[in-house]
Amino acid sequence: MTHSDLSDVQIRVRALESALVAGGHVDPAALDALVETYEHQVGPHNGARVVARAWVDPGYRERLLADATPAIAELGIRGRQGEHMVAVENTPDVHNLVVCTLCSCYPWSVLGLPPVWYKSAPYRSRAVADPRGVLTDFGVTLGADVSVRVWDSTAEVRYLVIPQRPADSEGMTEDELAARVTRDSMIGVGTL
Amino acid sequence: MGGVHGFGPVVAEVDEPLFHAEWEKRVLGLVLALGAGGKWNIDISRFARENRPPAEYLSLSYYEIWLAGLERLLEERGRPTRVLAAADVPATLARGGPVDREPTHEARFAVGDAVVTKNLNPHGHTRLPRYARGKHGVIERVHGFHVFPDVNSTGTGEDPQWLYLVRFSGSELFGPDGDPGSSVSIDAFEPYLEPA
Repeated sequence: MTHSDLSDVQIRVRALESALVAGGHVDPAALDALVETYEHQVGPHNGARVVARAWVDPGYRERLLADATPAIAELGIRGRQGEHMVAVENTPDVHNLVVCTLCSCYPWSVLGLPPVWYKSAPYRSRAVADPRGVLTDFGVTLGADVSVRVWDSTAEVRYLVIPQRPADSEGMTEDELAARVTRDSMIGVGTL
Repeated sequence: MGGVHGFGPVVAEVDEPLFHAEWEKRVLGLVLALGAGGKWNIDISRFARENRPPAEYLSLSYYEIWLAGLERLLEERGRPTRVLAAADVPATLARGGPVDREPTHEARFAVGDAVVTKNLNPHGHTRLPRYARGKHGVIERVHGFHVFPDVNSTGTGEDPQWLYLVRFSGSELFGPDGDPGSSVSIDAFEPYLEPA
């Protein structure tokens, strides 16, 4: 981004915020709190806790796959863009990949704000038509015998991928397992 | 834009900063704070973002689109008088905006039913992606009775409808150029569907 672009938009946003604050339409402290929430509180560590719990607790895994929203809420995780959750599980035969071709729908409550590439035209256009090609962009090559299930988030349902547990994770604690779970693996563009 | 060619490979940023400038944070905050003001709903705001010439849409960054959409909403619908206070932010975000409603009638389709999506091309907001229009699929899940964005985006009411998970084969959607070993599922509202 060039300097002039930056200042143009920056000026526009400042002017808008100032006018809204002066008119009593916005509480600037609320903006700070909103940004703070998504910068520092809500993020992929939430989803990682869900995945780790599903790996160590078969009963939890069953509840999660049957009805993800209350199962995720059991861990105190809930809220905006996570109101209607579905969890989908990777297996040796099936790999899941989540996209929003319409714009940028993403499970904020478990993963935080989406990365730039998730909202980009290349991802949105190709994830449905050429999912294996997209996975290759991320360095993931699946066997020909593995089928790919793509989930296009076209309504208010949000999808969380439960990646396969790493083979070398025997004996790890739930916290250690959670630390192994990457954001990309919960979108489906990564494996562990 | 599902299935459109020519955008090139997916490239992830090296360090993936959450925001790329201070103004992006303020835009996020403004959109969420003003969205709680009651002057518009999430579907109206989505349409305000997407309803612009494709060349313009593709030339704007993500938060530039959010900013342009917000400016349009304020111009068309006015400034909210209900103000989100900082103290109410945690509860507001925790509550979110559930869209499931009490059903007023039975669902027309059941799991396992073969369906075909209608060939709809409305001028307004719709959640039926272009690549999945006029395609044969199977109902895999009945999500519930949800607010219908196509109507909610016009500000004339929620008009809730049954929402289904519909699964299509890659070949059905993209023909011989599709991936026969893949499938794509969409969440489709009942008015998008007919029995196959």
